[in-house]
Amino acid sequence: MRGIGKLVVALSIGLGLAGAAAATPAQAAGEARSPLSRDWPHAGPFGTFDRASVQRGMMVYREVCAACHGLEYIAFRNLLEIGLSEDEAKVIAAEYEITDGPDELGDMFERPGKLSDYYPSPFPNDNAARAANGGALPPDLSLVVKARLGGENYIYSLLVGYEDPPAGVELGDTQHYNPYFAGGAISMAPPLFADMVEYPDGTSATVEQMAYDVTNFLTWTAEPKLEARKQLGVKVIIFLVLFSILMYAVKRKVWAGLH
Amino acid sequence: MSEFQTNSRVIKWIEYRLPIFSYVNEHLVVYPAPKNLNYAYNFGSLAGVMLVVQIVTGIVLAMHYTPHVDYAFDSVEHIMRDVNYGWLMRYMHANGASMFFIVVYIHIFRGLYYGSYKSPREVLWFLGIIILLLMMATAFMGYVLPWGQMSFWGATVITNLFSAIPLIGDSVVTWLWGGFSVDNPTLNRFFSLHYLLPFVLIGVVFLHLWALHHRKSNNPLGIDIKGPQDTIPFHPYYTVKDALGLAVFGVFFALFLFFMPNALGEPDNYIKADPLVTPAHIVPEWYFLPFYAILRSIPDKLGGVIAMFAAIFVLFVLPWLDTSRVRSATFRPIYKQMFWLFVIVCLVLGWCGAKPAEGIYIIVSRVATFLYFAFFGLLPFIGWFERPRPLPESINAAVLKSGGGGAMPEGAAAKAEERG
Repeated sequence: MRGIGKLVVALSIGLGLAGAAAATPAQAAGEARSPLSRDWPHAGPFGTFDRASVQRGMMVYREVCAACHGLEYIAFRNLLEIGLSEDEAKVIAAEYEITDGPDELGDMFERPGKLSDYYPSPFPNDNAARAANGGALPPDLSLVVKARLGGENYIYSLLVGYEDPPAGVELGDTQHYNPYFAGGAISMAPPLFADMVEYPDGTSATVEQMAYDVTNFLTWTAEPKLEARKQLGVKVIIFLVLFSILMYAVKRKVWAGLH
Repeated sequence: MSEFQTNSRVIKWIEYRLPIFSYVNEHLVVYPAPKNLNYAYNFGSLAGVMLVVQIVTGIVLAMHYTPHVDYAFDSVEHIMRDVNYGWLMRYMHANGASMFFIVVYIHIFRGLYYGSYKSPREVLWFLGIIILLLMMATAFMGYVLPWGQMSFWGATVITNLFSAIPLIGDSVVTWLWGGFSVDNPTLNRFFSLHYLLPFVLIGVVFLHLWALHHRKSNNPLGIDIKGPQDTIPFHPYYTVKDALGLAVFGVFFALFLFFMPNALGEPDNYIKADPLVTPAHIVPEWYFLPFYAILRSIPDKLGGVIAMFAAIFVLFVLPWLDTSRVRSATFRPIYKQMFWLFVIVCLVLGWCGAKPAEGIYIIVSRVATFLYFAFFGLLPFIGWFERPRPLPESINAAVLKSGGGGAMPEGAAAKAEERG
């Protein structure tokens, strides 16, 4: 009986370790600096998005990132989920030109975006994107927070982490040095400079603030159902813990007659 | 064992034509189980529950998923964003696969510890290994379906293993792919098979249960059931114990599902598959890591593939490799130590599998691979040399002796039996 307790404990710990090890295989690659760690409002079991920050982040995306990076899985209607009114979302959608068609003559035409449209890609195709960016392809940002080891912390660190290259590091003509990027040589120029956006709520647009806001925004684009998931999770865990206690009591009662 | 009785005329009418009620009564209600089963014996029923969870969530996902290289990744995101509770279905299915393997691995180690593979349960054990192999095939193909980077490259690496087969290897790989690389035909057939195999699994699970109920459960003492005083009816004793286990395991599952749904996955799989960009490290899902480490520890490709398959197929000869007549490790001082070393070796292999195949990791995985097979190689000799501790006279006698919350008069067990 004691042996089996050991078995279960050892296995669960071991499997946990194996799982953790499995989740961190790329760390050895490119000897990137480990990311800065920030407190994210959506972290933890009760975490929720900081809507003001997510909205500011959307502004940073719109005015800075969107020049090169797409957001293919986000429709303008989704912006209602981060607290924009329908009218505000419609105004943002209308800022984008969407190719629609064919019309009754068989021609494609341009029209302003509607709520049902998705963010258009900044480039017509990957080759055009590479040609405009010194051969590098700017990744779509919808899922980037989930697609990088380190998640939010990595994206934030990358945005604030540009440095002068240390001696001995050779960079290509269109490359820049960022110690958080695997290999250090990144093709994206430092994207953020202080006060490049003007926040309507008066928040000071420092590089750190913009990086923080846009990371919050991109966490939402990557995991839009995060709040619903965590809220349901808390309820489910509470239910299952109570159910476990109840079942434990029932089990003791049923088995009491035996021994 | 009490015969099935009912006063309902409807049930009697059906029962006369199809004895389904007495069958359920026999196998889920009065089925005599050893009275000393501990919580390690919960994992069989948990595995059954996980199979059902996977099938139910999988059927819902299949309603919204598109098995085409151009749409697969997008359709998964559509499930995550636009389908009502689609995120719940997908995370439950993805984490459910991991939970299924955790449960089944514990179930297998429990069988190893208590000698559940020994006569007369060899066929039960074989069916279990077949279940494991089917699970692995299903999980591997399922991981390809989202068509992320790790899906694509994992599929490429693993299917390429078959090219190690002499002479016909390359043709076999082309046949598996349905083309000259992992592409749309591969995705289509993997989807088809991923949907089919779980139902094959159900069939084998029923055979597994049939074999179990025919020869009855082994137990932590590893001694035979000698009479009704050694058993208790499955219901209510083990139904309630399984329900408790299920509830506790549910908490564990829910922690992953709701609060770290991507902890067991690879970030790279949130990048669309790109045949032109190879990820820095191609890593399989955690439950394949020990086998992946064995594969990579052998410097020869064919040798590695053979070793990897041998690591599972060796389980088929286990009942004959183990020459000891004592089942339970509780009474086998040397085997017990070997068992725990074997568990550690498996965990070390898993750790190696997650690391790049270079430097110290290669050496560690080679040593661990050697020890993995050494465990099976040494078993016949252990059986000859080991002096087992004396076995208790019966399950009932041992239960009474250990107390377990107070001794019970001999008659009480029999009475409990009558109640069932």
